[in-house]
Amino acid sequence: MGQASRLVLDANEAVASVAHRASEVIAIYPITPSSGMGELSDAWSAKGKTNLWGDVPRVIEMQSEGGAAGAVHGALQAGALATTFTASQGLLLMIPNMYKIAGELTAFAMHVAARSIATHALSIFGDHSDVMACRQTGFAMLASGSVQEAQDFAAIAHAATLSSRIPFLHFFDGFRTSHEVAKIDALGNDDLRALLAAEDIAMHRARALTPDRPVLRGTAQNPDTFFQAREAANRFYLACPDTVEATMRRFAERTGRSYSLFDYAGHPQAERVLVLMGSGAETAHEMVDWLVSRGERVGVLKVRLYRPFDVARFSAALPATARAVAVLDRTKEPGAVGEPLYQDVLTALCETGRARELRIVGGRYGLSSKEFTPAMVAGVFENLSRETPQNHFTVGIVDDVTHTSIPYDPELDIEPDDVRRAVFFGLGSDGTVGANRNSVKILGEETDAYAQAYFVYDSKKSGAVTVSHLRVSPRPIRSAYLVRRAGLVACHQFELLNRQDVLGLAREGAIVLLNAAGTPEEVWGRLPREVQEEAVAKRLRIFAVDAIRVARESGLKGRINTIMQTCFFALSEALPRETAIAKIKASIEATYAKKGPEVLKRNFAAVDRALEGLAEIAVPASATAERGRPPVVPSEAPDFVQRVTAMIASGRGDALPVSAFPVDGTWPTATSQWEKRNIAAEIPVWEPSLCIQCNKCALVCPHAAIRAKVFEPSLAAKAPATFKSDSFRAADFEGFRYTIQVAPEDCTGCSLCVAFCPAKDKANPKRKAIGMAPQPPLRETERDNYAFFLDLPDPDLSRLRQMDVKGSQFARPLFEYSGACAGCGETPYIKLVTQLFGDRTLVANATGCTSIYGGNLPTTPYAVDRDGRGPAWSNSLFEDNAEFGLGMRLALDFRTTRAQQLLTEVGPALAPGLARQILEADQATRSGIAEQRERVARLRRALAPLPSPAAQALAPLCDDLVKKSVWIVGGDGWAYDIGFGGLDHVLSLPYDVNVLVLDTEVYSNTGGQQSKATPLGAAAKFAVRGKETGKKDLGLMAMSYGHVYVARVAMGAKDHQTVKAIQEAEAHPGPSLVIAYSHCIAHGYDMALGCEQQKRLVDSGLWPLYRFDPRRMAEGLSPLQLDSGDARTPAVDFMRNESRFRMVEAADPARFKRLAEEAKSEAERRLAFYRHVAEWKPAGGVSDATPGEPASR
Amino acid sequence: MDLSTRYLGFELPHPLMPASSPLADDLDVVRRLEDAGAAAIVMRSLFEEQIVGDELTTYYAHEAPEASYAEALSYLPEPGMFALGTHEYLEQLQRIKAAVSVPVIASLNGTTPDSWLEYARLIAQAGADALELNVYDLPTDPRETAEDVERRVLDVVTTLREAVFLPLAVKLSPFYSALANFAERLERAGADGLVIFNRFYQPDIDVENLDIVPRARLSNPSELQLRLRWLSILSSQRRLSLAVTGGVHNAVDAVKAVMSGAHAVQMASVLLRRGPEALRRIRADLKRWLEEHGYESLRQMQGSMSAGRGAALPALERVHYMRVLQSWRPEDSPARRGS
Repeated sequence: MGQASRLVLDANEAVASVAHRASEVIAIYPITPSSGMGELSDAWSAKGKTNLWGDVPRVIEMQSEGGAAGAVHGALQAGALATTFTASQGLLLMIPNMYKIAGELTAFAMHVAARSIATHALSIFGDHSDVMACRQTGFAMLASGSVQEAQDFAAIAHAATLSSRIPFLHFFDGFRTSHEVAKIDALGNDDLRALLAAEDIAMHRARALTPDRPVLRGTAQNPDTFFQAREAANRFYLACPDTVEATMRRFAERTGRSYSLFDYAGHPQAERVLVLMGSGAETAHEMVDWLVSRGERVGVLKVRLYRPFDVARFSAALPATARAVAVLDRTKEPGAVGEPLYQDVLTALCETGRARELRIVGGRYGLSSKEFTPAMVAGVFENLSRETPQNHFTVGIVDDVTHTSIPYDPELDIEPDDVRRAVFFGLGSDGTVGANRNSVKILGEETDAYAQAYFVYDSKKSGAVTVSHLRVSPRPIRSAYLVRRAGLVACHQFELLNRQDVLGLAREGAIVLLNAAGTPEEVWGRLPREVQEEAVAKRLRIFAVDAIRVARESGLKGRINTIMQTCFFALSEALPRETAIAKIKASIEATYAKKGPEVLKRNFAAVDRALEGLAEIAVPASATAERGRPPVVPSEAPDFVQRVTAMIASGRGDALPVSAFPVDGTWPTATSQWEKRNIAAEIPVWEPSLCIQCNKCALVCPHAAIRAKVFEPSLAAKAPATFKSDSFRAADFEGFRYTIQVAPEDCTGCSLCVAFCPAKDKANPKRKAIGMAPQPPLRETERDNYAFFLDLPDPDLSRLRQMDVKGSQFARPLFEYSGACAGCGETPYIKLVTQLFGDRTLVANATGCTSIYGGNLPTTPYAVDRDGRGPAWSNSLFEDNAEFGLGMRLALDFRTTRAQQLLTEVGPALAPGLARQILEADQATRSGIAEQRERVARLRRALAPLPSPAAQALAPLCDDLVKKSVWIVGGDGWAYDIGFGGLDHVLSLPYDVNVLVLDTEVYSNTGGQQSKATPLGAAAKFAVRGKETGKKDLGLMAMSYGHVYVARVAMGAKDHQTVKAIQEAEAHPGPSLVIAYSHCIAHGYDMALGCEQQKRLVDSGLWPLYRFDPRRMAEGLSPLQLDSGDARTPAVDFMRNESRFRMVEAADPARFKRLAEEAKSEAERRLAFYRHVAEWKPAGGVSDATPGEPASR
Repeated sequence: MDLSTRYLGFELPHPLMPASSPLADDLDVVRRLEDAGAAAIVMRSLFEEQIVGDELTTYYAHEAPEASYAEALSYLPEPGMFALGTHEYLEQLQRIKAAVSVPVIASLNGTTPDSWLEYARLIAQAGADALELNVYDLPTDPRETAEDVERRVLDVVTTLREAVFLPLAVKLSPFYSALANFAERLERAGADGLVIFNRFYQPDIDVENLDIVPRARLSNPSELQLRLRWLSILSSQRRLSLAVTGGVHNAVDAVKAVMSGAHAVQMASVLLRRGPEALRRIRADLKRWLEEHGYESLRQMQGSMSAGRGAALPALERVHYMRVLQSWRPEDSPARRGS
């Protein structure tokens, strides 16, 4: 037996460790929750970590999962040992290649963090709907249910595929297993070497394509041959189960961990048996043990090798005494007789003749990582006890519509007291998760106990709440579900106590750790009544530490993680205090050593000081607070928001029944206004006397939380006392009042507006027309002021002399308070589009950050104007967004054409001239649109009494006579990589679509992987040493068609050009492409400085601004206008401010220097080319090719 | 012609070397400097404040968004491949040490006595041959006296002298009330040399945008005079090594500095402007100048114009001042020169 070392890690790392060591070529594409496996592999290869044979595996990031599968297929054909990692939509994109790889009997193991497939909604969470879509590919499918199994089965898959020639899809539950941190026995290199037979590898290589022994693979076959040839592979599938079993046996001999194709656990004479696979089987196992110890004859059959499904072995594993079997599927196959595993089990038992003696039912559980608890397992066994068990049931939800759900006792908790459980509530930005990862490592590695941690994140990117669930047990932990009763509950952010039921998870007598300032009495006094009542009722012991102060005194602004961690160890007494502190410091050293000694020093200081301020709070005999937790949404919110949205927002979405939901994924917009998150510590305050009324603050605000308005002076009379306004100093609205107002509860405190504000106090330039001030004292008054502001009428924008930066910000944003990161560089562009055209816009949105902050529940930032109009939004996929938007355009055009035809037909029956006015209307301007809407309203009224079929057909199409705008929105990962083929095609066509590419130069949503938009010299995941090649010039490619409007913009550098370009793009009657530079947290600097960095970027020449307008050619002008000039500052001045470049310099200054010089000369080369085009005169031109109207003031 | 000199205990073939500047950031430039004959390489200062700032900025930029959203547990590659803090400087020091055979002088600007010591030890471990203490700071606290300021520097020198076995040079600014006395105390505290004088990159004002903007200006030869004067004074009083920096742009400048008592002549602006190869030309010019003027060796003229030898102390101190004032004519005014 090999020497086992114990490690604490998550399944992604455990699996990647095996796959990296067993592979030579790894082709991947980032997709949650599998991205970690690819990233780790890349990081290891970048560090020179070798595989079992002393070679460094080549890790390559492709443009899509389809590309990754193709690359892997090729590598396998040419004799390499290859692997890949993926999930969900990514796996779907691999399916065509999977058929090929299997059809060619290729030894190949891939690892899937199983995840939901997008249907009525996207979900990043775990279930088996993706892997179930691969049943027909010919891959063997191996399911693991825990971190330990994931590692072990990864190894078994790599070994079994080599000996069986059947490719293996090894899967484990996304998040629940992929992201669970657990203590496992790690496989050493010798273990893996022993498992992977050298002769099998040699055979694999011998099958490789080589011109030295040429063969042809991949013929086209005809009716005479294909069928037989397809059957020729049968014996390999027949032999595969034996091979896997033999591999498992060898594995057991070496490691002592024994697995079978079907593992049974429970009573030897069980009467009721569950069949399932994945992490749910572990929970079922735990519950079965508990029931058996109480005399129940129950058992669970864990399916390991799902394909090829070995009927005989399955039947043999199922106790002969079984009378009722429930098969649980973590997927849904609408319209099928039952879900796949159920159907397989049913078929297997029919074939063995046992079906007659058994009651077999199927059910669904755990879709999208829905909790699957022992209580639910008990519910399923209950169901099996019934005379007629419910079939095709669901468990874990309340289905009050089709009544599929079976009941269970949610209060049932079987975890024994010797399993120590703790739960931590924190914010993403405070490091709570990181600290808990370290804690579980310490607990797992320093004691003989088993440890487990699992982390729950909310759907926001700013102010996101995290909940960490920790377990420590003397036995291996099978609990693949959240902690339900904790002995210790820590709340790292006091505000959360006002927002959700933090102490709901505390068991009787539990310890509560709060991060709170003030004396114990003060802290108690500030607790909302519900919390106090719970503390009294459950006899909780409450401790508090002012971690913010300790952090500040230790020189760590806001980083409270190590402080809270130290207090946790002190209170939990899981380790002797001194040992714990030493271990925390050791883990800090391991984590931060590379980040510099000062970071270490300050964190050590924080640890040393942490316990000084830790004090127990006396809990009185009864609650003393009068103030309760405020309502989640205000009482004036619409009914749906009250019933549904509020439940989700307060973390109680699990309790919503099926009937609460739309049946087709259609949700109301304009709901973010009801979710007041109060996440800003400081908010901007306006100083009218300094303000130059430029509206730039409103323009750059990522969350539409600072707004400008002009209004009639008479309206000011009703203003709240602290509402500020000033006389408006421009002719468009002469005599009006002007105001800048902050939405205090929606602002994220990013301070981008303050940094961008150009108005300085001449006597004290440190003061600007807006400055940051603490939010709490302003919250109440500014809330009233903001309500007053919103009630003020929106100004009539047709009075604006021009739609520029300033004018655009008097338009109501129809994209507000999204969950985007504080300081996001993307959202200001989207907001601007909604201000200019939102009332007539359809948005096709590629998957990514934009779709997450744009469409993730609970609330929707896309909003409506006073008339109820606003952007209609949809997300299809990641890879098809341009095509999706084109489809919208085609449908709109079709409807408009049809409406126009009908109108022509109906025309004579209408008021004279109405039809002609509508058909010939100029809808180029905002007032033109308003007039057309007015005419259409008249038309609708006129049509009502008309009996003609044409009039009746036209009535529902009236609105299609008003111009609509299609915006195709996505990030660079979509536009440059996975969706480029489609984007290119759509641009090649003449249709009027507007493409907005929010270019952060990396895959932001999945965590900063390089894309083809990543600039030369920047470090990103998969380009750790700095990208070697230049950024793809997407704009130039689009220009090459000649009919596409193309603009490259950077709002922070030249906002006027941005506003102009977006309007020109929309006005262009063909396809338009706007490439918008978006600063991003993945660039590694303080986002408050985002606009300043954009300025530096453009000044350095690395991001030339231009507009390419094909319409100019008719005037004899070059279509291209450059809106920025030669580099004025060195590129390194820009680069050195961002971590993504700095880390390249820190690692290798010479390389950085070379890359920076290359970046500079590449920028010069591109600019020279643009200049050449800008100076070009189209033949037959009528005027000099003088540069067009400059976009700057 | 024997141009050799002794600086901080090193026997050098000649006194010319790059001054502490970004020149040594680039290994190619370092090699070119050595090829051009640099007698030693002086690195730019390791500024503790800058390092700490860099570290913390990166720390916050990396840490704040980590593990806050389910799809992205981090946003930048793991820093396994790079390291911040002093690593960057120390690794560059090691690379330079490996690349050249001339002495490598590191430079340090710390904030507290502890950090001075800590960083100095790291620099010593990384293989520096000598250490220049860049004691630049701007005492803005009105409660701090001149004595406090000098005491702080002396404490650093005392502490490092005990703990670090490297030759120590102190790079001074001209803004001390009693420079001669201060130099004497520094020598007693264990300084092996003085480098005079530090140049300040004083911020400028952008009157359009009401901003303070950092502006680095290269030196010009007029800055040399102040340095020559203090070299003359200090070389007559002290036994420690003296280096000049700031304003040496050609061989005659170097001659003046050596005559005033400099053992080493450090240059930055001229090398930044004309490239490392300028050092070779200046060295050749220096040799030729000495030959043409019938000197036997550089040492022969070393300190020849120091106070007490070529120039009487009062002449340097007050009479010079008066003479310069009286010798000024309107035609020397820069405004007229161009017309």
